[in-house]
Amino acid sequence: MTLQRKDGLPDRMTKTQEMVYELTVGEVMPPTMVTVAPEQTMAELRVLLRDNRLSGTPVVENGKLVGMISIEDLINALTDNAISASIREKMKTKVECLYADELLVHCIAKFSKYGYRRYPVLNRDDQLVGIVTKGSIVEGLLKKLEVEYEQAESKVAVARQRPTMKKFFEDVSADEISFIFKYHVAGRSLKEAGKAASELKNALRKMGVCPPLLRRIGVATYEAEINLASYTMGGVIRAQVEKWGITVEAIDTGPGIPDVEKAQQAGFSTAPDWVRELGFGAGMGLVNMKKCADEMNLKSSVPEGTHLTMQFYYTS
Amino acid sequence: MKLSDIINILHAEVLAGEDFISGIDVDRCYSADLMSDVLGRSHANGILITGITNPQAIRTADIADIQAVCVVRGKQPEAEAVALAKQKDLPLFITKMGMFEACGILYTNGLRGVAERQ
Repeated sequence: MTLQRKDGLPDRMTKTQEMVYELTVGEVMPPTMVTVAPEQTMAELRVLLRDNRLSGTPVVENGKLVGMISIEDLINALTDNAISASIREKMKTKVECLYADELLVHCIAKFSKYGYRRYPVLNRDDQLVGIVTKGSIVEGLLKKLEVEYEQAESKVAVARQRPTMKKFFEDVSADEISFIFKYHVAGRSLKEAGKAASELKNALRKMGVCPPLLRRIGVATYEAEINLASYTMGGVIRAQVEKWGITVEAIDTGPGIPDVEKAQQAGFSTAPDWVRELGFGAGMGLVNMKKCADEMNLKSSVPEGTHLTMQFYYTS
Repeated sequence: MKLSDIINILHAEVLAGEDFISGIDVDRCYSADLMSDVLGRSHANGILITGITNPQAIRTADIADIQAVCVVRGKQPEAEAVALAKQKDLPLFITKMGMFEACGILYTNGLRGVAERQ
């Protein structure tokens, strides 16, 4: 397979290259196959190949692959006047196989190495699960390309429908423009936790913030909200939407974090049992927030409280 | 993998979001009882398998753009969780299988997990 072309279309080549590392043999293999038993005759094989428009097929005995038989073997049998011989006598028993979970790139390498036209596909228990030809590879790649093309198309359509946040700020003019969303979060109860993050996400979606950024903001805000609800006397989530991006703050009224650095270590948690029982308190909250936000700043004093600031930049 | 196929092979009972099942095709699965793990790693076009029965499982799925939630071990989700799933148009279903078994069956049927977000 040629990976580099001098005359253009490097993107499409890269995409196909990428796909042969993503797809497995099992994914491109046709869902059904025709097999023969070794006791059947070459005459029966002729009918079977003709009726199914095949040029070869695997030979199976007691669920196990025992050989491959092709139209070439049939022609040889005809020449030798051995059309009533059993398939067992004429089949090839030295067979190159592929595993269903092997990547397509290995499969393609095998095609060029051995030059056979079809390979039986086995699962890891060595049972025959299908057969793969060059045709199935092409079909599999085309199908995947089509799916990705459709997804890209619908993304473009969505982008056309909704003006982006960045576009909005370019179109209007003032010395300073910002939108503020404020949510009150109750402390010491997870009952309503997540509502603010969910509502903020919804509001930002309506304003045209793109889905990947929306998701990052949603996750980070949700974690911040869970912290307010789990550890504090209650507080406020405040989001400010501006020309350059979005700031999300979580501000509480105590009791504060004694060791801010330690609190940001993965797995460190002071969560009480009631928080853990609800599926939180794994010590990953601040770690997740840091991962999602472009900038994060955590200030805390005991017993006054904690002020968390996260910034997110528009990507498109 | 089609969500309807997942529901069939897990012998699952649908509690919310019936009308949206036919249009959903997921490509990844994430299984956890710790919601922060889900938030940190899950995949946008995926399904969540969990033992958590409170509304936070639904909130987490909603925030992380997860397409559907499956509760394992035959646990009955809390009424608030079911109501929230209905409000968010999020398919929620339960299976009697354990987490390991449910995941194993989905893996065998071609569904794959999620790599850690970098």
